[in-house]
Amino acid sequence: MSGYWDPHIERMPLEDLHALQEDRLKSVVRYVYDHSAFYRQRFKEAGVEPGDIRTLADVTKLPFTRKVDLRDNYPTGMFSAPKSQVVRYHVSSGTTGKPTVVGYTKGDIETWSESLARALTSVGLGRDDVVQVAYGYGLFTGGLGLHYGAERIGAAVLPIGTGNTERQIELMQDLGTTAIASTPSYFLHIMEVAEKMGISIKKDTKLKAGIFGAEPWSLETRKRIEDATGINAIDIYGTSEISGPLFTECYLKKGIHVWADMFLIEVLDPKTGEPVEDGETGELVFTTLHKYALPLIRYRIGDLTIMDSEPCECGRTHPRIMRILGRTDDMLIIRGINVFPSQVESVLMNIPEVGDHWEILVDRQGPLDNMTVRVELTQAGFSDKIGDLMKLKKKISKQLKGVLNIAAEVDLVEPGTIPRSMGKAKRVTDNRKV
Amino acid sequence: MSEIKQISLFVENRPGRTAKVAKTLSDAGVNIRALTIAEAGDFGVIRMVLDDPDKGYKVLKENAFTVSMTDVLAVEMKDTPGGLYEIVNTLGQNEINVDYAYAFVTAKAQSAMLIVRVDDIAKARRVLSEKKVKIATKEEIQAI
Repeated sequence: MSGYWDPHIERMPLEDLHALQEDRLKSVVRYVYDHSAFYRQRFKEAGVEPGDIRTLADVTKLPFTRKVDLRDNYPTGMFSAPKSQVVRYHVSSGTTGKPTVVGYTKGDIETWSESLARALTSVGLGRDDVVQVAYGYGLFTGGLGLHYGAERIGAAVLPIGTGNTERQIELMQDLGTTAIASTPSYFLHIMEVAEKMGISIKKDTKLKAGIFGAEPWSLETRKRIEDATGINAIDIYGTSEISGPLFTECYLKKGIHVWADMFLIEVLDPKTGEPVEDGETGELVFTTLHKYALPLIRYRIGDLTIMDSEPCECGRTHPRIMRILGRTDDMLIIRGINVFPSQVESVLMNIPEVGDHWEILVDRQGPLDNMTVRVELTQAGFSDKIGDLMKLKKKISKQLKGVLNIAAEVDLVEPGTIPRSMGKAKRVTDNRKV
Repeated sequence: MSEIKQISLFVENRPGRTAKVAKTLSDAGVNIRALTIAEAGDFGVIRMVLDDPDKGYKVLKENAFTVSMTDVLAVEMKDTPGGLYEIVNTLGQNEINVDYAYAFVTAKAQSAMLIVRVDDIAKARRVLSEKKVKIATKEEIQAI
């Protein structure tokens, strides 16, 4: 159980919440139209004016925005606030193209921190906690985002950043860290290093919660982490375009609460752009309702999810999104079939003979795409009979095929040979020349 | 009767891996009595009989190898035609399956030594003894 950070807003009856969203939608549309040449142009092209937006349902009249718009208008062409009001920039890494720049007013930073304060409270964290922020600090939003959120609830923040894993574990013990925020893959690495140091996270530390995100991770990985360490592994969601990490599950872990007073979300069929029903998979679209340096209208983040707009048993009325299946950017097309790395992960993490680290290699042999999944054999999975190991390879292959519908080659490798990551794990190497 | 402990390792099939195993054991002063490598494409399994299996197991584990210990029989085999037949035929007639086997000849011994992993080690020991086949003890392997 846990309390609320802002019970008035978090438990607001749906009717009032929708009225609040409607007011804010109308004002943000007016605001971007008045302050951004980019949006004025877009609205004109779509034949829509601020006055046309009278109800929440009218949001569908507005044109979409995409990552490519941020890139085309690099660095600050989509900003609505004057530079004098901007108090911070974050810049995305640009691994999939040109970097994108996000700006924040003082109020935007407040809103971001408030969002995380609600989220961290909803998983039971508070002023007595020590939060080890093991996300990267700097241009990446993870470190500073969690830092501000955890400080806001009065927790003690240990701003350690990524890397220096042995020191992470020493300080975790010395300062009595109760919660850690990192990528799930980095936490798996911390677990591995702790074991090598002869330290049991379960018995020798006070860690009770992990806030894991910035990369897709499966329920099976959650189970592995929780079983091995006894902590509560919580999913956090957000992307730099909408501020950074913003939302988590509550302690019930039945979907991620998206604060409706700050963001309006739609889940749409990626092909038609039409809304899908609650419970159906679609593409997540964000409209920021309370963000001023870089407001976004119907921003297509490219993440696939399922929405549940029923109030949660925890008492919060805001809509929830289910675990992110994957970002359309991360999706591989292999022999014409869509493959999400998160699907591969969910298969592998159910197989006890397979270690926590894995990678996918894709290349092309002649006209055919070839996918190889490299997994580390665990000590417990090792049999000195070649036949047993061949059977294991076959079993992994078969289970992958069952989920992915394509054949994948499986390589068993020695533990410790797949590169460990401190930040976002790089699971896929695609050597196909397009 | 304590069985002979064979050390098995999972190794990827890439240059230098076997050398790393040999160096690790050499640095620890552990002597290899017999060794075989079974390969299956991208990986292989190295099986070894060592003079000090406990120490060998420990140092390999510390060096992050995937390693296991398996009970095997070391059977003395006449170094003449028919020597192997006598042993495997006895096992076969008694419905004992051989998972794998490998042999080595020692300088001192008049006979060859067959290392064999079977699915029922106690039964194998009994039926071979009944045929007067000599089975080496741990101490004998250590003393070679």
